[in-house]
Amino acid sequence: MKREYLKLDRVKGALIELSKIHSVGYGEIVEITDRNGKTMVGRVIKIDGDDVVVQVFGATMGISVENTKVSFQGKAFEIPLSKSIMGRTFNGIGQPIDGGGAIYSENTFNVNGRPLNPVSREYPRNYIQTGISSIDGLTTLIRGQKLPIFSGAGLPHNELAAQIVRQAKIQSKEGDNNFSIVFAAIGVKHDEAFFFEEAFKKAGVQEKVVMYVNYADDPIMERIIAPRCALTAAEYLAYEENQHVLVIMTDITSYGEALREVSSLREEVPSRRGYPGYLYSDLAALYERAGMIHDVEGSVTLIPILTMPNDDITHPIPDLTGYITEGQVVLERALDQKGIYPPINVLPSLSRLMKDGIGEGFTREDHPDVSNQLFSAYSKVQEIRALAQIVGEEDLSEKDKKYMKFGDAFEKRFVTQSFTENRDMGDTLDLAWQLLKLLPKEELDRLNPELIEKYMK
Amino acid sequence: MINGPVILGKNMTGFKMREMVTVGKMKLIGEVISIDGDFGTVQVYEETEGLKRGEDIVSTGKPLSLKLGPGMLGNMFDGIQRPLKKIRDDHGSFIPEGIGLLSIDEEMLWDVEFLVSEGDYVKQGQVFGKVEETPLITHKLLIPAGVEGKVTFRTAPGKYNINEVLLKVTDLDGEKHDVKMHQEWPVRVQRPVEKRLQIDKLLVTGQRVLDIFFPIAKGGTAAIPGGFGTGKTMTQHQLAKWSDADIIVYVGCGERGNEMTEVLEDFPKLIDPKSNRPIMERTVLIANTSNMPVAAREASIYTGITMAEYFRDMGYNVAIMADSTSRWAEALREISGRLEEMPAEEGYPAYLPSRLAQFYERAGYVKTLSGEEGSVTIIGAVSPAGGDFSEPVTENTKRFVNVFLGLDRELAYSRHYPAINWLNSYSGYSEMIKKFYERELDEDIEGIRNRMLNLLFDESRLLEIVLLVGEDVLPDDQRLILEIARVLKIGFLQQNAFHKDDTYVPLKKQLEMLKTIELLYERGLKAIKMGIPISRVRDAELYEDVIKIKYTISNDEIEKLQGMNTRINDFYNQLESEYSA
Repeated sequence: MKREYLKLDRVKGALIELSKIHSVGYGEIVEITDRNGKTMVGRVIKIDGDDVVVQVFGATMGISVENTKVSFQGKAFEIPLSKSIMGRTFNGIGQPIDGGGAIYSENTFNVNGRPLNPVSREYPRNYIQTGISSIDGLTTLIRGQKLPIFSGAGLPHNELAAQIVRQAKIQSKEGDNNFSIVFAAIGVKHDEAFFFEEAFKKAGVQEKVVMYVNYADDPIMERIIAPRCALTAAEYLAYEENQHVLVIMTDITSYGEALREVSSLREEVPSRRGYPGYLYSDLAALYERAGMIHDVEGSVTLIPILTMPNDDITHPIPDLTGYITEGQVVLERALDQKGIYPPINVLPSLSRLMKDGIGEGFTREDHPDVSNQLFSAYSKVQEIRALAQIVGEEDLSEKDKKYMKFGDAFEKRFVTQSFTENRDMGDTLDLAWQLLKLLPKEELDRLNPELIEKYMK
Repeated sequence: MINGPVILGKNMTGFKMREMVTVGKMKLIGEVISIDGDFGTVQVYEETEGLKRGEDIVSTGKPLSLKLGPGMLGNMFDGIQRPLKKIRDDHGSFIPEGIGLLSIDEEMLWDVEFLVSEGDYVKQGQVFGKVEETPLITHKLLIPAGVEGKVTFRTAPGKYNINEVLLKVTDLDGEKHDVKMHQEWPVRVQRPVEKRLQIDKLLVTGQRVLDIFFPIAKGGTAAIPGGFGTGKTMTQHQLAKWSDADIIVYVGCGERGNEMTEVLEDFPKLIDPKSNRPIMERTVLIANTSNMPVAAREASIYTGITMAEYFRDMGYNVAIMADSTSRWAEALREISGRLEEMPAEEGYPAYLPSRLAQFYERAGYVKTLSGEEGSVTIIGAVSPAGGDFSEPVTENTKRFVNVFLGLDRELAYSRHYPAINWLNSYSGYSEMIKKFYERELDEDIEGIRNRMLNLLFDESRLLEIVLLVGEDVLPDDQRLILEIARVLKIGFLQQNAFHKDDTYVPLKKQLEMLKTIELLYERGLKAIKMGIPISRVRDAELYEDVIKIKYTISNDEIEKLQGMNTRINDFYNQLESEYSA
């Protein structure tokens, strides 16, 4: 039974408050029609006695306390999903914006999803070759992983994400047709969304892409729902349609800010930097939806992109993200300024699932040792560079000079690759061995001597 | 009022504080957390979406309790002891709301062997029977707290489920008590013990940096703080795998789902070196992953510690890993915020320190009610925001734990694992367990520990100078310190969790390795004092071979280290004779 109410108590930002409401469920969806007939969607976020607080997706402009129709739908926020969502573009709350018709399906799905039982999860072990050496070699992406890109304003994170989409071999060996891409744009600029659209077209995958776009000038409340719609679609494709789904989300920082805005409207007690205390569980509710399930073919691999405010990795959003995700790929401004693309700083970058998805039987037997050695050598390079700044490069010891040479070569030959260059896993590892040759042999303490024998040519 | 996991109910006069309730038509599980006249506040352990005003809150009459009995080992439970495998079998891969109160398996039959007969007088905490729960662990059946008297009835030995009455005990007042295979215990109440004992045993972990430098004692408390990516979970997993506790309770509190899956996949395959049985048979898992309801996260820590205490009461040494206590503190903060309580530091409630203290104080080495010795060791991971150790959870935890193992981002970046920073870590147990080392190793390790730690401290001081002026200007004896510190760091402190020998190293080998490194230092220092230049003293090949002893000498051929010592002595004897000639 639908009931309509015609009187609001208060409108404040994107929140409206009503009183004398009967029997309404927490999290229930609300339809709001203003006096001009414009319809908006909202959600119940607090029930206090007879009073109800509704968070409105969309602008509250034009809403007045009189003559605004509010009807409670008696159900949670759900979107209809079917195979026909492929190739379509939706707004943040799952309505088509590409001119095509609405999605009709008997199956509607609650966008909040439900927690995946840890007992049902399958531990991800199959790597995805991205063709990018610094990722494949040192922070290997695994199918079913959540691996964010930590970036800064103006760094080429979009290019990197586009390159991953184009080059990633995510399909399983059996068939080529069981992969798809879900793209969630959260508060992005129009040209960024356009860039991705073009990138998907160029990669020839636009038929495989589902887009949920919330532009920077779209209502902020929709930002909170947009990633949930995208993940619900991804879960549907993965677990109902057996697809391997790659989800790209940008920009999580806008999402966090939207959350903070709602929190402050609700006059909640803030924790760090004004973000609400539940930022961690809220982000986790998104990220943890990546994964694989036992005996189900599909998988959800998640690459969230976030721009670190002021390039500060300890800012709450990257900080909490790092605690939830299985590693991170960190882009660095200093490398970008040196003209290195992709400007991945491998030292703070990490893939937690890599340890079980590389080596013999997965990539190549030498992979674990090689990546370990590269990390430790490159971190040594940083120390020596700091020293060279003080004593001058000439006064370095022979050994240290070799390290300096290695460091430059590592950045210029291993990390650097063009936007269109697609390196095979084998090529990446062979390249690593070539670089390690620059170092004195006794410095290679992470490598098994047998491997040195076999691969150092 | 409904606000996320917090709801406010009316007409709740008859309800008790901390009572378990069911909420609404879906029968969500909740707990009363405050009562104000007619109103009661309930925290709900499940998603409240769809809950309506006017739905009923039903009392269960008892506090949030666990069923303690056979069937816990090898299983995974959610924050309020609901078995996740059963939930999957009944409800599919995603966890729905309103699954009700489930607990350990009630149908499974266990083979009971009795230790008492009719007519015997029994006391609380006494072991009255045994069940082989797993081939590794015998589950001792305990007389519940508060029950004492004469056994007036006992069933025949045989197979029973946990709900069948095994004994009837008549106390002095003539009151009859049914004793079953399981007992219920409220999670927030500490289980009684005879008395606390002095801590004097090492929890052997097989991890060099811990066992030698920063030992954790059985019955002690330890905190492992570290920013993301520094290896907290990895360290916790290593301890869960290799420490010599009898029982491991692993609480995944607000962490990643895949980490729990990893434990579920790995542990059954790992074989305990002492018993040759899969270590899963001694492990209980509690999972409240970061996307599971936040209120149950608050409860998960108590669920874990209560289970740990129960196994301790059987006379076992139990270690509980809580990963991560910060998520638990954040759950407290979230609920406190929804209750609109006055926040203290960074939004955390003012009672954060007292809750932390209550938790860590449940650790201890005790004499149980049945007269045996048992212990609960708590190892809590802390995830400080921004990796900054001065935040409230880390700061307050520090006050209540005795071992502090600070994980360091710089070390982790250079893949130095375990990334335990020797400069800010400490252990308060070194002195208490001194005698343990003497018993196990026939010698005191305090001397060598302090000498080697000092060498590392000297190194960090020297490195500051090196950063300013370069290494070449240092005198040779100081350069030697840098070289030996490198050997110590790579060859001793770094430990490879993925190498078959290096993942667990026996105490004896740990000490012998350290002695070899010290010998390398002493002989080198002597040579330098004779005026031999560092370039000759630091023989690349010899140094590399010492670094690699952790790989080249396996755990069962420790005596081979003597060969390395002979090589060091021969090398320097040769060198000295060359120069003195």
